Amino acid sequence: MPLEKITQVAGTGVFVPGDDIDTDRIIPARFMKCVTFDGLGQYLFYDVRFDKAGHTLGHPLDNPRHKGAAILLSGRNFGCGSSREHAPQALRKSGIRALIAESFAEIFAGNCTTLGMPCVQLPAAEVKKIATAIEADPQMAIRIDLAASTVSYAGSTAPFKMKDGAREALLAGEWDALAQLLGGKEQVAALAAQLGY
Amino acid sequence: MPSNKGRTTGRTLFQKVWGAHAVRVLPNGQTQLLIGLHLIHEVTSPQAFGMLWDLKLNVACPQRTFATVDHIIPTDNQAEPFADPLAQGMLDALRSACKLYGIKFFDVASGQQGIVHVVGPELGLTQPGLTIACGDSHTSTHGAFGAIALGIGTGQVRDVLATQTLALSPLKVRRINVNGKLGPGICAKDVILHIIRTLGVNGGTGFAYEYGGSAIDALDMEERMTLCNMSIEGGARAGYVNPDKTTFAYLKGRKYAPKGAAWTKAVKHWKTVASDRDAAYDDTVDIDAKEIRPTVTWGTNPGQALCVDENVPAPESAKDATERAAITEALAYMKLQPGAPIKGTKIDVAFIGSCTNGRLSDLREVARQVKGRHVAPGIKALIVPGSMLVKQQAAEEGLDKVFKEAGFEWREAGCSMCLAMNPDKLVGDQVCASSSNRNFKGRQGSPAGRTLLMSPLMVAAAAIEGRVADAREVFGLKA
Repeated sequence: MPLEKITQVAGTGVFVPGDDIDTDRIIPARFMKCVTFDGLGQYLFYDVRFDKAGHTLGHPLDNPRHKGAAILLSGRNFGCGSSREHAPQALRKSGIRALIAESFAEIFAGNCTTLGMPCVQLPAAEVKKIATAIEADPQMAIRIDLAASTVSYAGSTAPFKMKDGAREALLAGEWDALAQLLGGKEQVAALAAQLGY
Repeated sequence: MPSNKGRTTGRTLFQKVWGAHAVRVLPNGQTQLLIGLHLIHEVTSPQAFGMLWDLKLNVACPQRTFATVDHIIPTDNQAEPFADPLAQGMLDALRSACKLYGIKFFDVASGQQGIVHVVGPELGLTQPGLTIACGDSHTSTHGAFGAIALGIGTGQVRDVLATQTLALSPLKVRRINVNGKLGPGICAKDVILHIIRTLGVNGGTGFAYEYGGSAIDALDMEERMTLCNMSIEGGARAGYVNPDKTTFAYLKGRKYAPKGAAWTKAVKHWKTVASDRDAAYDDTVDIDAKEIRPTVTWGTNPGQALCVDENVPAPESAKDATERAAITEALAYMKLQPGAPIKGTKIDVAFIGSCTNGRLSDLREVARQVKGRHVAPGIKALIVPGSMLVKQQAAEEGLDKVFKEAGFEWREAGCSMCLAMNPDKLVGDQVCASSSNRNFKGRQGSPAGRTLLMSPLMVAAAAIEGRVADAREVFGLKA
């Protein structure tokens, strides 16, 4: 199953402010009582978006100005905590195709890559500049160019950082490692036989 | 004396174990790493079996995968069907997948069910020198034995099931020395909360933490598990302690530990996987054990912590605007006054359990201190053993009687109130003194629930007093 080569992601953005936004916040544990990932999108950031009665609390994701956003921006250490893949799955099923943040928690970023969602890092000041620009013009196009390692918006271009290997894997269409892993069967069997346990 | 000839520097345990399990370098530059032990549970694995099914793939090494049920299982009544059909559905899905693929499942009827990070070690599955993966971020717990133990997502659970390998990039290693002797009443939980507070919740990104030094050497295995368990809360995907005689003594005689000649051979091998004396580290941090006091979180991440005799920070004390915003937000959620002492904060619930602190030694220590005392009026206090074996051993020692007489509820094994995927949840904005690992907003099941993380001893003190208290004072613990 050849995978799509992800060379760029373009779309409008939505800024979710805050540092250390954990995966419990992205998808509260009670919504993980499921045996498939289908339907998780509706629970994205649920407890900070809706009150007990299900009324909106005015979260940026529910602001009609940001409807259809494909790129989510946030602060430092985004996706920390639980390894639940339900978090990137909920983001993806809500239409998010890439994330920009000051930094990402490691397991979360790896889970996103496996789903073909780039997690790119920009300095806090740059994230803030983009957030301000989104506020002024929610329809502003943001373009993450993986080949050039840049984020472009409103005439500006900023170089981004990304975890080693993730960018290359996305560009090569090898972001889901399974096909490659299946290729090494004999070597795996030989090493397993040597392990002694 | 091993010769250093021909090499400039020694290797860390991480480098040795990684090297021994590296199958090859993949075209994308990552390493294909063989996983020696794969642990699964009902929350993150049923979807992976679904993916295998869709791709018409089989489980490559079913004998290297072991399953249990922990997150969703009720701790008051484990009779099936569960009141929650969704929870029952998850258990059923895991049960049938294990049956279909020939995977050993520590189901309730086996008498060995429990939290995955309690079950693996107590059955002797977790051993030095292994690569271990599980779809749970607290897999770092198993590093206590000198293993590389990694939390993974569901896509990677699928990869391990299908190939017994993962595509990974190696981690850097930070050596954290805790030197000296811990004071009376200071637990491994205080050590790790202190480390996270010092290095930050993202300080460990890209690193494995190697814990060492005289204070760590002196910890027993269950304390080392508490320490390694919360590595992920400091941003480190893995944490470990080099195996030593404490490790070997713990493992000897356990169900899945090697026996007879195989045991002797294994110990000989395990001794070689420890980091060399002249190993080079990417970073080193030194901590004085004397500085570690009973530590409590006040905010909404595990790094927002302070000593029990300190005051909650005020936004004005922040070093920059970002931290000021974080303090303001956490204070508002926690409904705490800036500058107020954390000691004396009224609690509603006390929870002792979880993969961090639900083991026999935790329960023994709590029982020793609460014997003859009573939980304060109006406090809901729960003690939840980490596994059925922990429960059984505790009962054999009469700990259950001590707990019940002191006013604690004594439950069945499971994750319980750590993450509230089961009926144990906070209600409204209740404050919970908790021996678990995360104080994120809503973590304990109520969107407004408030969690104060602390050691099981400190939870016991809070339960007795009805408010945050210094366990050393409450229980008269002196050097």
